[in-house]
Amino acid sequence: MVQKLTTLMETPSQTAGPYVHIGCVPTFAGLGGIYPEDLALSPITDAAKGEIVTIKGSVYDGTGWALRDALLESWQADARGIYPGQPGADPGVTGFCRFTADKDSGEYTLRTVKPGTVKTRDGKVMAPHISLWIVARGINIGLSTRIYFGDEDNDADPILARIEQRPRVDTLIAKPEGDGTYRFDIRLQGEGETVFLDM
Amino acid sequence: MYEASPLIPRNRAAHPVPYDPGYKTSVTRSPNLPLLSLDSTPSEETGPRFGHNMIGALDNNLILNWTKGEAPAVGERILVHGRVLDENGRAVPNTLIEAWQANAGGRYRHVKDSYFAPLDPNFGGCGRTLSDDEGYYQFLTIKPGAYPWPNRGNEWRPAHIHISVFGHAFGQRLISQIYFEGDPLIDRCPIAATVKDRGQLDQLVAPLDMAMAKPMDFLAYKFDIVLRGRRQTFFENRPEGM
Repeated sequence: MVQKLTTLMETPSQTAGPYVHIGCVPTFAGLGGIYPEDLALSPITDAAKGEIVTIKGSVYDGTGWALRDALLESWQADARGIYPGQPGADPGVTGFCRFTADKDSGEYTLRTVKPGTVKTRDGKVMAPHISLWIVARGINIGLSTRIYFGDEDNDADPILARIEQRPRVDTLIAKPEGDGTYRFDIRLQGEGETVFLDM
Repeated sequence: MYEASPLIPRNRAAHPVPYDPGYKTSVTRSPNLPLLSLDSTPSEETGPRFGHNMIGALDNNLILNWTKGEAPAVGERILVHGRVLDENGRAVPNTLIEAWQANAGGRYRHVKDSYFAPLDPNFGGCGRTLSDDEGYYQFLTIKPGAYPWPNRGNEWRPAHIHISVFGHAFGQRLISQIYFEGDPLIDRCPIAATVKDRGQLDQLVAPLDMAMAKPMDFLAYKFDIVLRGRRQTFFENRPEGM
């Protein structure tokens, strides 16, 4: 026999289900007023420093149908690459946003500040990116991915560099459409499947 | 607060399989291709924090919060309580836990729920709280009812409460469901069955906890939550090429 490992197993995930909005975005579910306002409606205040960008897109299932019941969450650094809570972070950036696909069109909108570069532990510079987490009915464990920007230099990014099939890198890059707007569609399965991360 | 150490890589065997034909919606919503597994970076090791000033006095009391304390919801009154820990067994203090659920008849207060069990005019079905300095949390609520859903011909969800937990890092983000001890529907549920390790499924079943029940008032169920932990960093920052 050997000593017992004392580490615990993580609580298993379960799908957020079709009514995730009740708990996370009560106003969307028709429960407006239970809290003064829904949590994390914006990742920035009007005082945020940097370039304001708007990202739009949809989450498509394996048949090409846009999910109407997805819940998305984003987390990012400020314009100088400092995460909220770290020394020197921009007080105008809360960094966290929670948003839904529109119940009719399936399109989401994220208005935020473009983040700066962030270094990995071994000093490599990651290109500006926003971390994204997606849950919905039918998704048993939340899916993690990143939004990079098509008008930034992404060539040296150490995460993108680890994607073996180079055409798949494009699935993580938001396409600039002018006027600070970007398109970032997420394909859960099949042709053009988005790269999902396990980090 | 930035804690520099990396997250323990997620043990995917602790979790449900993403693709499970028994749960039909997962068939078109699960990736076909493998995940890209990498060490965590500051993007995963940091995360949002929420303050006590955000939490209202009744936010963790689902029996009273919908009516702002005016009238109690109908159903079996229960306390759901436990601790939030990490894989190293350390308490996770001051972290946001959100909960949502159906009422005693299995009906959700959601524009898209058309089940004919009636709404309870005194029950909203969502709550939230922060764990305390020892990672302890509690909700007072009504035990939710089972409800039917369109999957196979005659499918019923076991009674459950959905929970969402933040931890201190975006990479710890977790949504799951609390089931209740002794519910015969658990073993028939295709969503519960997406967790293939029986010991792990058992971790989602809250035991009756008479020690925390309040006589002549409410029963209690205990539910501990384990989030990813951080790796010890004895040998880090190795120079390039080592």
